Formats: sequence, C-alpha cells, structure tokens
Amino acid sequence: MLRIQSLNAFYGNIQALRGISLHVDDGEIVTLLGANGAGKTTLLNSICGLITSRKGKITFHDEDITRFSAEKIVRLGISQVPEGRQLFGELTVMDNLILGSYHHYRSRKKEIYKYLDTIFEIFPILKEREKQSAGTLSGGEQQMLAVGRALMSMPTLLLLDEPSMGLAPKIISEIFEVIKHLRDEQNTTILLVEQNAHVALDVADRGYVLETGRIVLQGTSEELLENKEIKRAYLGKGYKEVWE
Amino acid sequence: MAIKDRKYETLQRDALQQLQLERLQAILNRVYMNVAFYRNLLDKAGIAPEDISSLDDLPKIPFTAKESLVENQPYGMFTLPLREVVRLQSSSGTTREPIVVGYTKNDIEHWTELVSRVLMAGKVTKDDVVQISFDYGLFTGALGFHYGAELIGATVIPCSRLSAEKQIAVMRNYRTTVLVGTPTFALQVVDIMNEQGINPAELSLRVGLLGSEPWSEVVRQEIERGLHITALDNYGISEIIGPGVAVECEEKNGMHIFEDHFIPEVVDPETGEVLPEGETGELVLTTITKEAFPLIRYRTGDLTSLHYDACPCGRTLVRMSRVAERTDDLIIIQGVKVLPSRIEQILAEIEGTETHFRLNVDRSGATDELEVSVEVSDRIFFDEVGKMSEIQEEIQRRLDEALGLFVRVRLVEPMSIQKWKESSGNSH
Repeated sequence: MLRIQSLNAFYGNIQALRGISLHVDDGEIVTLLGANGAGKTTLLNSICGLITSRKGKITFHDEDITRFSAEKIVRLGISQVPEGRQLFGELTVMDNLILGSYHHYRSRKKEIYKYLDTIFEIFPILKEREKQSAGTLSGGEQQMLAVGRALMSMPTLLLLDEPSMGLAPKIISEIFEVIKHLRDEQNTTILLVEQNAHVALDVADRGYVLETGRIVLQGTSEELLENKEIKRAYLGKGYKEVWE
Repeated sequence: MAIKDRKYETLQRDALQQLQLERLQAILNRVYMNVAFYRNLLDKAGIAPEDISSLDDLPKIPFTAKESLVENQPYGMFTLPLREVVRLQSSSGTTREPIVVGYTKNDIEHWTELVSRVLMAGKVTKDDVVQISFDYGLFTGALGFHYGAELIGATVIPCSRLSAEKQIAVMRNYRTTVLVGTPTFALQVVDIMNEQGINPAELSLRVGLLGSEPWSEVVRQEIERGLHITALDNYGISEIIGPGVAVECEEKNGMHIFEDHFIPEVVDPETGEVLPEGETGELVLTTITKEAFPLIRYRTGDLTSLHYDACPCGRTLVRMSRVAERTDDLIIIQGVKVLPSRIEQILAEIEGTETHFRLNVDRSGATDELEVSVEVSDRIFFDEVGKMSEIQEEIQRRLDEALGLFVRVRLVEPMSIQKWKESSGNSH
C-alpha cells in the first residue's frame, strides 16, 4: 500500500532522514521505533506532505505521492494522529470529530454521520462526553478523541505518532486494544510510531528501528524483540557492554 | 507445489526488490556502525551508506574477499558482542585457513527456515526419514540440515561420517527416504550396492539433496540411476550461512536463490565488472538478514550464471546455474577461458572415452599450450588400437570447435586417472 524508497528529509541544512526505505502492506500494523530525535515524526510528516524538503520516492496504492500537497494526501486516504494529540481544546468532542471529516464533509454528509456512530461504538466514552470541550478530557480520552478524529476522514492508512505518550499503562492497553480492533475489524492499515518498543511490538506485525535518521533494523515483531540492537538504538552509540 | 514459504518464494519482483533495498540499507547502516572493516572499506571508497539509494548502486561498494575474513579472524567481522552469538561454526580448512562464522538466535531461525525451504523443494514432509551424511561438527552442512529437517518434523538420523556400508544398513533398517550429503558419498553408496548386489528397490530412498561440492549432470544421472532417486542440487557456503542459499526445483534447470535473504551478482573474476544475465562469472553474495556475521559483496569463488526468466515451478526467485567449478579451476589459454566442466561435457558425448581426464598446461614456450589426457574405455584400449586414433582425432576436432583452441590430446589407459575432480567432501 505504502512504499518509501531512499527518503532523505531536511530541515533547512540539517538532514533529518538519510536513505529511509520501508513499506506497509494492506492490513498490516507496522511500527517505527526509535529514541527521541531519531526522525520518527519527521518521517510521518514527510509521508503526509507536511515536510517538503525531501529527496526520494513515496508511493501510495502504486501512485507517486512524493510531490503531492498535504490536502491531496488526506483525500487519498492517509490520516495522521499527531504527537501530543493536538486537539482543538475549546471545541467540543463532537466538533473535533466532525472537523476530522472536513475535506469531504459536504459531499458525504450522510455517510459521515453514520460513520460517527461507528466511531462512538469503538470509543463509547466519546459518546458520553460528546458535548464536553476537548480540553476537559483526561489524557486517555484525548488520545481516543485524536484517533477518532483521524478516522473521520475514512483513511485506508492511519499514521499514529506516539499514542502511548504520557499515558498510564492501563490506558495504554486500552488504546492499543483499539488499534488492534481497527486492524482486525475495520481493516485499517496502520503505521505506528512509538518509543515504547514493547507495547508497539506486542501489537505490530513488523517493525523498523530508526536511529539518528537511518533505519538500522527491520523484521517481524518476534525478530525485533529478540534483537539486542534495539537496546543500542535507544540507549545510543555510547552504550557499551559491561565487558567491553 | 513443493514451496515452503509461498509469501517470499513467489513474491512479485517489485515487492521483492523493495524488501531487498530496505534490508540492504539497514544492514549497511549496521555494519558501518559496528564493523571496523566495513567502516574503513566504505570510508576509503568515499561511500556513505546512504549513497546506496537503489539496488543499482550496490556495485559502488568494494568487494569483500576471503582474505579479509582470514585477516579479521577471530571476531573482527562480527557486528555484536560474543554474548549475543549463540553458535559458532566454521568453513572447512582443507585448502585454506578455516573461517569462523557466528549466528545469533535470529540467524539460527532464519538459517533453519532457509534449509527447510531446501528440503521442501525435495518434497520432504514430517513423514520422511532424513539421513544426514555430512560431518557433524563445525562444518555447517550437518547441523544446518539437521535443524531444517527437524523444523519440518521429519525423522532425522545424524549418521555423520559413518561408513557407506553402515549407512546402507541404516537406510534398510530405518527406511530412510531422504539422503542428505555430498554427491561423492552418494556415488560411494552406489558403488557399494553394486559390489554387494543390493538392489535399490530394497531401499526406501526417494530423494537426495546433494551438495557442498560441484557435480555434473553425468554424476547426477549415475546417482539417480544407481539409487532410484531424484537427486537435487542445492548451494550453500559457510561464510554466507551454510546450506540454504539456493535449491533446484523439480525443473532441474538452475537453483533458486533465496533473494529475500541474499542479493546475488555475477562478476568477471578478473575485472570485477558486473556481468549481465546469462553470462558466466564469479558469484558475489550480499547477506541482507544476517545479524552476527553479515557480508557485503562477498566473492564466493564459485562460477555460475544468473537467470531471471519465469520458472514453471512458480517461484519468482532468480536461478543460478549449477556450479561447475571455482574460479581457481578456470584456465586461461591464449586468452581463451577454458572451463574443465565444458571439457567434461564434450567428452561425455564421445563414445569410447570415460569422462576421466587430466589437463596439463604448458606455459614454457612462446605460446601457452593445453594438453588433455583422457582415459579410454576398457573395451577400446585392449581390442581396437586402430579405433584409438579415430577417437583422438574426434576429441581434437570437437575441442577445437568448442573452444576455438588447438588442444593436444593423449589417450591413456583406463583407471589411470582418478575422476578429475576429487572432492574432499567438505570443500566449503
């Protein structure tokens, strides 16, 4: 579904991504692991068209989307749940959700309201808090709202940026149950960026490990769990074995 | 269809290439960070890992030769501390110094999976009885096949280097269906069965997965006839992983290389230039999933050609032609590359000769000269002296036609030359 070949991304003169290649097949949950500053968010933003200073190729459903605008990419079916949720705190839960369907609201209004019911089935708590302003929700509820909002654009590929951040373990499991449900029941393909390797590998089929802008490891979840290189990628180059 | 892993063995080529690119880039990043040898190699060549932005860029990276592996023994080429390495094995050291290779837990799993693909090509299932006649120990052949067969659930008999007579007894008693070993060993079994008057029908053998040394079609037919089995070739090399690099399918038209784990290239042994599809040259392999001991563009010293056309078996993996010999066997006479296997082929077509021959190169004169000493079959040598000069001329003519070279031919008595390729049995 998504194929990236040798992507290089820059912030001015600083090269944030170096030769990134990865792919996500239909129906998979693929995770992108790495420490802070590894380039994970940069990668998601590149896919979404938010970062334009790039070299390399991105194809989605066999179409080259490398030069496409962000709006065009959303319309093609890619939706991001950004790091830190970035909800509209003063708007209600309902409004946040509706805004997620902004680009096709007018043309598919009926479908959208029907779809809202599906969202409320997945996140019953959001139905409860429908009229509350987003800023008053707890961390976990906000994360659910952010995911719900992203789903409102009816994406075929959902990008999740660190959904576990700042959440208590119990809430994290709830969120990850939802992620699993999305793949299993809704057939949503998911690219999941995470710092929390264990929780991510628990739910993902495959993963890639990013270290300072480069992919250093890839494999199935089982293979990655087995590989100690991940520890290195997280703890940094200075990490040495006791005997070294 | 005898394919173990449909997902990867029949993957569309564009998806396969994406996978190869991803894995290649990841491993380049890792070896650059963790292996001084590769860091220096790339730095000296002025290449950074990210300069490899497509598979076409692979030739930018300098080769890794066996000498470098020898120089960096014992652990210089390892990417991880020894505590992550769960197994050490080595390539045999008959002609050169042995190389120690290492495997992580994931490496062992991949290796096992790959060997089970090899066995599956021979339709091995859990109902089979697999007899392994490779030497158990540091050599990768035995344990590689052992684990692969166990993964499939077959009954594994680790005969190791038990004598051929004893192994035949095992085959009878335990109804061995699959023989794993060298072609030389299989021939020994054929010979002993002939001597002892044992009918192959008395055994339950069905298939032989033979390798670890070059062997010809002629030898394959002897084995298949002698043991009433299908004999399939498979290719492996200890420095790369052991067995599990490539295997013949039922078409017997080349061995499919497991490209999701290894990227093959064929290069001119002298210039290093990458050769196009179909041309014979030295096989160069890059491991893209090995963790402990990955190799980038490793010169195997084996001569082969690559074929990307579709195979009726359904696998989309490239095929390599059987390895007839190594680059050190290649003889260059007056600028012409002479492959001993080609000579063997020609002799096989001529009646009255055995395919036992010896090559003699004389470089003392103004031009290099090649002489072939060929064994004549019993019958002709003793009865028909007149026929001998006919045969000599025939051979001369055929060789001239095929090689474009004048080759002096000497006919010698039967049994005076050992089969020209005497293999140690553990040449890898």
